[in-house]
Amino acid sequence: MIKFLLKGLLRDKSRSRLPIIVVSIGVMLTVLLHAYITGFMGDTIELNARFTNGHLKVMTRAYAENMNQVPNDLALLDVDELITELNKEYPDIKWTPRIQFGGLVDAPDENGETKAQGPAMGLGIDFQSGRSGEAERLNIQKALVRGNLIQHPGEALLSEIFSEKLGVTPGDEVTLIGSTMNGSMTMYNFKIAGTVTFGAEALDRGAIIVDLEDARNALDMQNAAGELIGFLPEGLYDDEEAVQIAKTFNEKYKNDNDEYAPVMRSLSQQGSMGQYVALTKGWTTYISAIFIIAMALVLWNAGLLGGLRRYGEFGVRLAMGEEKGHVYRTLIFESVFIGIAGTVVGTIFGLFFAWLIQTYGIDISGMVKGGALMMPSTIRARITPVDYYVGLIPGLISTVLGTMLAGIGIYKRKTAQLFKELEA
Amino acid sequence: MENTSIIKIEHLTKSFPMGKSKFTALKGINLTFGEGEFAGLVGPSGSGKTTLLNIVGSLDVPSSGEAKVLGESIGSLTAKGAARLRKEKLGFIFQSYNLLAVHNVFENVEFPLLLLKYTAAERKKMVMEALDWVGLTDKVKSKPPQLSGGECQRVAIARAMVKKPSIVLADEPTANLDAANSHNILQTMVKLNEELKTTFLFATHDEKVINYLRRKIFLKDGNVDQDEISTN
Repeated sequence: MIKFLLKGLLRDKSRSRLPIIVVSIGVMLTVLLHAYITGFMGDTIELNARFTNGHLKVMTRAYAENMNQVPNDLALLDVDELITELNKEYPDIKWTPRIQFGGLVDAPDENGETKAQGPAMGLGIDFQSGRSGEAERLNIQKALVRGNLIQHPGEALLSEIFSEKLGVTPGDEVTLIGSTMNGSMTMYNFKIAGTVTFGAEALDRGAIIVDLEDARNALDMQNAAGELIGFLPEGLYDDEEAVQIAKTFNEKYKNDNDEYAPVMRSLSQQGSMGQYVALTKGWTTYISAIFIIAMALVLWNAGLLGGLRRYGEFGVRLAMGEEKGHVYRTLIFESVFIGIAGTVVGTIFGLFFAWLIQTYGIDISGMVKGGALMMPSTIRARITPVDYYVGLIPGLISTVLGTMLAGIGIYKRKTAQLFKELEA
Repeated sequence: MENTSIIKIEHLTKSFPMGKSKFTALKGINLTFGEGEFAGLVGPSGSGKTTLLNIVGSLDVPSSGEAKVLGESIGSLTAKGAARLRKEKLGFIFQSYNLLAVHNVFENVEFPLLLLKYTAAERKKMVMEALDWVGLTDKVKSKPPQLSGGECQRVAIARAMVKKPSIVLADEPTANLDAANSHNILQTMVKLNEELKTTFLFATHDEKVINYLRRKIFLKDGNVDQDEISTN
C-alpha cells in the first residue's frame, strides 16, 4: 500500500509538486530567518558583552544601582585581591578589570589652543600586562584603520570617525578633560597611537580607548576599577550558566550591608539586555509558530483543492471497501512524505542562503546611524546545529495540519451518493 | 445454479427528505436473488434502481424493511462492517470507469487486493488472471488516458472481478460506450458470470444491456412493475 501511495504521489505532480514547493519555501525562510536572527542577535549580544557588559560583571552594589551613569566614584577598590579571589572561585572564567569613563577630548592646534573638542566615551582596558586578552577580545588589531595599537604608556586609540571630527591623526596629542574618582577635575594628555572602527555606531561615534593603568592615573583610581568583566570559557554567552554563577556569588555577600560590597550581574541582568536575551531565546518559537500557521493555511487550501481534484479517486476507494479512516490516514502519510521532502529541500536552500549571509554579510550601517544600542553595522547569519532541524517543525506540522483540516471532508462524504457522484 | 439466495429484500422502503416533506424512492420492494444470476434493475430515471443498487451495495441503508446481502442485514451494519462487506464480497462497475489516472492498468486492478492484504506474488497472479479474462494482458503498463473507452471499462471489470466477489453491481456500465464495445463488454461479463458463478446486478435503461439480462426487474415509481426471467 505504501508503494502504491508513493507511486501516486510521485506521478501526480499537482499532488506533490505544489505542496513540496510551499513547504520548501516555508522551511527555507524558517532556516534562513533563524540563522539570520541568531547571527544578528548573537552578534549584538556578544558585541555588547565584549565592549560593555561582559558575560558577567562584578561592581560595587552602589555602582550597580547607577551603572548607566558609570559612577567611578563608586568603583571597586583593591581590585587585584578581588580578581585573585574570583580566579580561585571561578577558575574557568576570564576576569579582567575595566574602567568606563566619560569626558571631553580636546584637540589643540600647533599653538596649543583648542582646535576641536568632542564628548567621548572612554574605555580603559588592560593592554600592557599581555595576559588579559582584551586586544583580541575587542578585535582591535582588525579594527585598526590608521597607526598602531597601544604599545607605550600615555597612548590612546580614537575611533576613526571621532578622529576625523577632531581633525587629528596618529602621532598627534589630545587632552582628556574629565573628573577623577574623587570628584576633582582632571586633564590628561594622550598621544594618538591609531584610529579604529568597530562597526558599531554607538562606539564609533566618539570612543577613546586607553590602557587601564593610564585610565587609573588619569582618574586617580589606583588598584581600582569600575567593573570586573567576566567571560565564560566557551566564549559565547550562556544565560542559564551566567545567572547561576551570579546567584551563587551574590549569596556570599547577601548579609553584607556595605554599599561597596561586590555584586555580580549576568549580561541579562544589566539594563535592557535582559529583554534582548529573552527575545533571542523565544525567537525560534516565534518563527516556527508564524510559519506553521502561514504554511498550514496555504497547505489546507492546497489540500482542499487536491481533495476536490481527487474526489473521484476517494469515491472509488470508498466504494471498493476502503474505510474512511484508512483513506484519511493515507492522506496523512502522503503529507508526512511531502513534509519530509519539502523540509530537506527547504533546509538545503535555507542553509545555502544563510551561508551566503554568514560569509558576505549585509551592511546596515546606514540604518543604525545615531543608534544608542550597540549593534553590529554588518549583519551576518550564524549557522548553528539547530538550523539543520528547525525547519522540520513547520515543514512537518504544517503539512500534516493542513492535510488533517482538508481531509475532514472525507468523513463528511456520504457513501449513498457515490454512484451518483461517480457518474458525473 | 441460481437456487441459493444471496440477496433477500423484504418490504424495503427508502425515503429521502425533501424540504418539509419526503420523497419515497422505494415503496415496499420484495426481491430475492440467487447465486450466479445475471439480472438487471430496469427503469427510467427516478424509478429507484440506483437507490436499490446503493442499498444492496451497502452504500446506503433502508428506511424500513430488510435487505440481507450474503446473510448480512444492511440496515444493521456499522460503517466499518459495510466497508468490509464491500471490500470482501462486492465488486462495483461504474458508468465512467473511475480508474485511477496516475496508475497503470496493473496497479488499478491490483488496488482491491492491496486492501485485502494479499502478498505481492498472489496479487500478481490474480491481477494477470483477471486481465486475461478481459483480454488486456498486453496493456499492463498502460495508463488509463492511453486506453480507449472500451478498454477502460474492461479494466474496470477486471478490477471488480479480481478478488472474485460474490456479487458485482454495475450502474449503467455501457452508457459511455459505442455499440461494438458495449457488446464486447457484456459478452465478457456473461462469460465471467458463467465461469465464476458471480452474481451480476445491473441498473440500466440501455436496450443493449437489457437484451443480455437473464432476469429483468422493471421498476416504476419505486415499485416492482414486472419481474421477467428469460427462458433462453
